[in-house]
Amino acid sequence: MRNLVRYIISRTLMTIPMVLILLTIIFVVLRLMPGDPVSAMLGGHAPEKVIEQKREQLGLNRPMYIQYADYIWKVCHLDLGESMVLQQEVTEAISDKLPATIELTTFGMLITLVLGIFLGAYAADKRRTMRDSAIRLYGIVVYCIPVYWLGLMLQLVFGIWLDWFPIAGRTGARIFPSDFENTGFYLIDTLLMRDWTAFGDVLLHLVLPAFTLGLTLSGIFVRLTRANMLDVLKADYILAAESRGIGHGTIVYRHALKNAFIPILTMMGLQVALLMAGAILTETTFSWPGMGRLLLERIYLRDYPTIQGVIIVFALMVAFISLLVDIIYAIVDPRIRY
Amino acid sequence: MNYSMARGLARPIRFFAGMGRKYGVEWWILCVGALIIIAILAMAFFSPFIAPFDPYRQDAGPQLAAPGGPYLMGTDNLQRDVWSRIVFGSQTILRVSVLAAVISSFFGILLGLISGYAGGAVDRSLSLVMDAVYVFPGLILAIALAAMFGPGVLNITFAVAVIYIPTYFRLVRGQTLAIKQELYVEAARAIGAGSFTILGKYIFPNVIATTVVVFTLNVADAIMIEAALTYLGLGLPPSIVDWGMDLAMGKKYLPSGVWWLVTFPGMMISLLALGFTMLGEGLAEILNPRLLER
Repeated sequence: MRNLVRYIISRTLMTIPMVLILLTIIFVVLRLMPGDPVSAMLGGHAPEKVIEQKREQLGLNRPMYIQYADYIWKVCHLDLGESMVLQQEVTEAISDKLPATIELTTFGMLITLVLGIFLGAYAADKRRTMRDSAIRLYGIVVYCIPVYWLGLMLQLVFGIWLDWFPIAGRTGARIFPSDFENTGFYLIDTLLMRDWTAFGDVLLHLVLPAFTLGLTLSGIFVRLTRANMLDVLKADYILAAESRGIGHGTIVYRHALKNAFIPILTMMGLQVALLMAGAILTETTFSWPGMGRLLLERIYLRDYPTIQGVIIVFALMVAFISLLVDIIYAIVDPRIRY
Repeated sequence: MNYSMARGLARPIRFFAGMGRKYGVEWWILCVGALIIIAILAMAFFSPFIAPFDPYRQDAGPQLAAPGGPYLMGTDNLQRDVWSRIVFGSQTILRVSVLAAVISSFFGILLGLISGYAGGAVDRSLSLVMDAVYVFPGLILAIALAAMFGPGVLNITFAVAVIYIPTYFRLVRGQTLAIKQELYVEAARAIGAGSFTILGKYIFPNVIATTVVVFTLNVADAIMIEAALTYLGLGLPPSIVDWGMDLAMGKKYLPSGVWWLVTFPGMMISLLALGFTMLGEGLAEILNPRLLER
């Protein structure tokens, strides 16, 4: 156990250079972009003097390396600074939007895992049959469908034609988040307040975006699960279990799937980047007020501190989830020692 | 005459059937993928002959006409013909995604060779940067780059290319590390071959084979990223016909039940990505059965 703790600490320290590199790239990219927060705010026709004044006030007239050193120094003190465009702390803007993204990605991932792992295991069990081929085809096709288009198609069919689900936002017109907002996770908030109408409404709004995200990613997991299950099903202990007369279903879905799960878990960590990218696009399609929308809005406004803050949070999320995966890995498979 | 034509046809048929028996489903996956790509390539090359209207013409038909009659896929809000825009749009997406994959493979392979061969501090620092970019969501980086470069075909190509460099880098670096230890490389060094010769003549030819599959799958990814960027309104000026931009434009009319403006461009993006993915999957199974299992 102490080894695990030491491992977790060293892994956490290893994320620092990663975040720093990404931050540096983004810092430089932002400063090289045409336009800056001042021109985005004041428009192109403000008098020279006003522009100069504003630039000085925001510290944009200093040499770039000084701005960089200053920013890194602040970040080390966990201070993400203040937005250059709006009167708002960056941490505030992020904590406002982050729960929406986490809610969406969590449910998306859940749908992916259930769908991907079950279909993959089933295909491996029925290998070389029509059903297997159909599931493999599903895996390939679904991977190639852009997440934003899938979102639009689900909107069209289930939102507009069938009118079962709302197609935009996190809540309906008659539900006011201010009535229950507490943690920002609306599902939890409404549960805590025992506001069942609001809970139902929030859940209903989550269905289409979560399925959009979940379906798109499920293709990879179908393929992974199938490949790993095929390997496991060839193992001697499966034959041994069969010869002992254990039911086929028990062997496939309990013995084999458990053993195939470890490599799947490793891959899960690598899919986080895809999950985040998918979330950004899904948020745009469904007007979901999360981190992706925040990022895009602020890129148009050239709001440097907020964009950098969002990047840091995304990088930390990626690092955190891969760390989490590693820890689960160690718990699931006692053979792994760090 | 007839006799020789039958003989001429028999050969390719026998070849295809033979390959099908040898490799099974994978061969047919490869063929379907190749067919899709060829069809869309033809669309891009012969656009003016295939499209019934000028893609920019704003009086091609009534506003927002449903598919049917002379308008195979309907018309948009500016009275332009959707099918003609699809045909011409194939040029943009193919150009951007293939060129992006070429650029990123060039830099990725080059840096991977250098890093794997040189080792030491060069290798460590390059790997650190590449790994940081690799695990980070590529789309976010591409968004920032596309915003930095501003709209333009070459600009979006570079924005897409940058995020895939680490993919090639990691693959090539790993292989270079392994090949470096081989006896024939040591023999080359013993007879006095310089680093440049060893990299170019001994290591590079062994590395290139595996990158073929990655390249094909990379094009598929680049297609979706390109369309994603233009869907978000980044990357291309409105004067260029592009599937992603048409999708974003059609999105506004979706709530009023106008389905054809989003259905067709999206379908084409998926189909093109599917073509390259199937080609890549088929190639992977045939060239190296264990590559994709990982």
